[in-house]
Amino acid sequence: MTIEIEKLTRSFGSLQAVKGIDLHVERGETFGFLGPNGAGKSTTIKMLCTLLRPTSGQARINGYDIERESAQVRHSIGIVFQDPTLDEYLTAEQNLYYHCMLYHTPREHRAERIHEVLQLVGLADRQKDLVKTFSGGMKRRLEVARGLLHDPQTLFLDEPTVGLDPQTRRSVWEYVLRLRESRGMTIFMTTHYMDEAEYCDRIAIMDHGHIVALDTPAALKHMVGQDVVRVTTSDAERAVAEAEHWLKKPVRRDGDAILAEGENGQSLAAGLIRQLTLADIDVRDVNVTAPTLEDVFVHLTGRAIRDEGAGSTERMGARLRSRGRLRR
Amino acid sequence: MIETQPSTNAPTNTSGRDIHFFLIDPEGIAMIWRRDIVRLWRQRSRLFGSIARALVWLFALGFGLRGSLGSIAGFSYEQFVFPGVIAMTIIFSALQSAISIVYDREFGFLKEVQVAPTPRSTLVIGKCLGGASSSTIQAIIVLIFAPFASVTLSPLNVLGAIVAMFVTALAISGLGVVIAMWITDFENFGTLQNFITLPLYMFSGAIFPTRSVPEWLHIILFLNPLSYGVNAIRGMLLGYEVASVPYDMIILILFTLVMLAIAIIMSRKEV
Repeated sequence: MTIEIEKLTRSFGSLQAVKGIDLHVERGETFGFLGPNGAGKSTTIKMLCTLLRPTSGQARINGYDIERESAQVRHSIGIVFQDPTLDEYLTAEQNLYYHCMLYHTPREHRAERIHEVLQLVGLADRQKDLVKTFSGGMKRRLEVARGLLHDPQTLFLDEPTVGLDPQTRRSVWEYVLRLRESRGMTIFMTTHYMDEAEYCDRIAIMDHGHIVALDTPAALKHMVGQDVVRVTTSDAERAVAEAEHWLKKPVRRDGDAILAEGENGQSLAAGLIRQLTLADIDVRDVNVTAPTLEDVFVHLTGRAIRDEGAGSTERMGARLRSRGRLRR
Repeated sequence: MIETQPSTNAPTNTSGRDIHFFLIDPEGIAMIWRRDIVRLWRQRSRLFGSIARALVWLFALGFGLRGSLGSIAGFSYEQFVFPGVIAMTIIFSALQSAISIVYDREFGFLKEVQVAPTPRSTLVIGKCLGGASSSTIQAIIVLIFAPFASVTLSPLNVLGAIVAMFVTALAISGLGVVIAMWITDFENFGTLQNFITLPLYMFSGAIFPTRSVPEWLHIILFLNPLSYGVNAIRGMLLGYEVASVPYDMIILILFTLVMLAIAIIMSRKEV
């Protein structure tokens, strides 16, 4: 077991941000931690990273208690923050070397380790370059590399791709997934991008300080409903009759289209097309919609996650920073 | 590849002991210090700027006022003000360097240190030493211009002056770290120069002799750590009131320790 959380709470004055959560994450799992802003996500992560003391309850990371063995916890985890934490006036190598010093990596292994992690994230040729000259995606990858430098057993990724363009997001993910394959590392991540949450083995959704759902992405999606097939035909009335006869259950009608629900949208669509065609009904258009994690999120929290993203001022700050507008 | 690499720093090895119980982490401190030195070199324009500022003060004050002022205890005004200009170099750059913690907080690097398995004292002590070293380096460069102020250098007084400069720089950096822990917003960073750096410099005896000043100014001079620094540096360079130098040094070292303690206590509240 990599992460064991029991009845963990945290209050700020009279406000209880985390209201007694229980969570177990297995070794090698990629675990997604989702929730709207103010749900208690950041507070939980801060407690797990030993930056914040819990009010009550306990948690163990890689077998170490977050309160009594915080140094061991810190040694055993790597953290990649949402906001950049690199020193842009230093080279990639210097940033990594300083990390080795802080984590007391044995001197004789440092050069080798630095080279390895840079190779892993595809930045080996930029080792001696100033971080200032890196693109947003390269900086992110360098931060991932730095998080891995001291050989942690668990990697915490807090919004690893926020503010990056889709192409860069994909490339960051390629490297993170490669990591999972090659090292069997436990990854605990938060994200606002629902398509990224799909990469997770399991997902926990947090809201108002509680964990409101915890399952695989497929099971969570199943929770909100089945796939919906929408078929537009030349004769909707006959199509409804044919479909109901074949499916042995009622279907809905929406103008020229009929709507049928089923476990597997694609095969249901194929079957419907075949049946309708055999009945000499002209099929003009077919559309299959599967429930998304976004639907799950809205279903559970009553809010769409995108609206909740990083606050606009935060994002502006991050953007200005990444552009180097705010100079030191 | 990585999988075959033995776990070089698994939490089970000795370095994984709960480091929060150790008050001082020399390697962590060395990292913070080293970063400051590297950055000093990377941002050379800042270095040149501070030396240029010192020379402007030296020439404007030293030569501008030489005619109107008589000798001070047997020294010409430019000789007298030269150690003051060195003290100015120290206070400007030591404060700036220590307060860069505020920038590190703003730009995120501080987080990297905060989540590392190293005690809170690492940042405080490292920044104090880093600020002290980088400002001493700048002061040494200014020291090279001593002949322009008719100050003769001997190996002994250069050595003594460097020690005095470093101890002064430690005290000022310590003060800077406390200020950095105290201010959370870097917007009011600029006002700091006007409300702290400049008054500390002006009311330190750097540019006037402290013997015959009004009583209220005496109190300020007594409370201002830079006064002791200026005295010590002047004593070492000119032999002016040299007897008080050990006393100045002890005050500066005590001041540094108090500042470090305050800063460490303040930094515990962070996050």
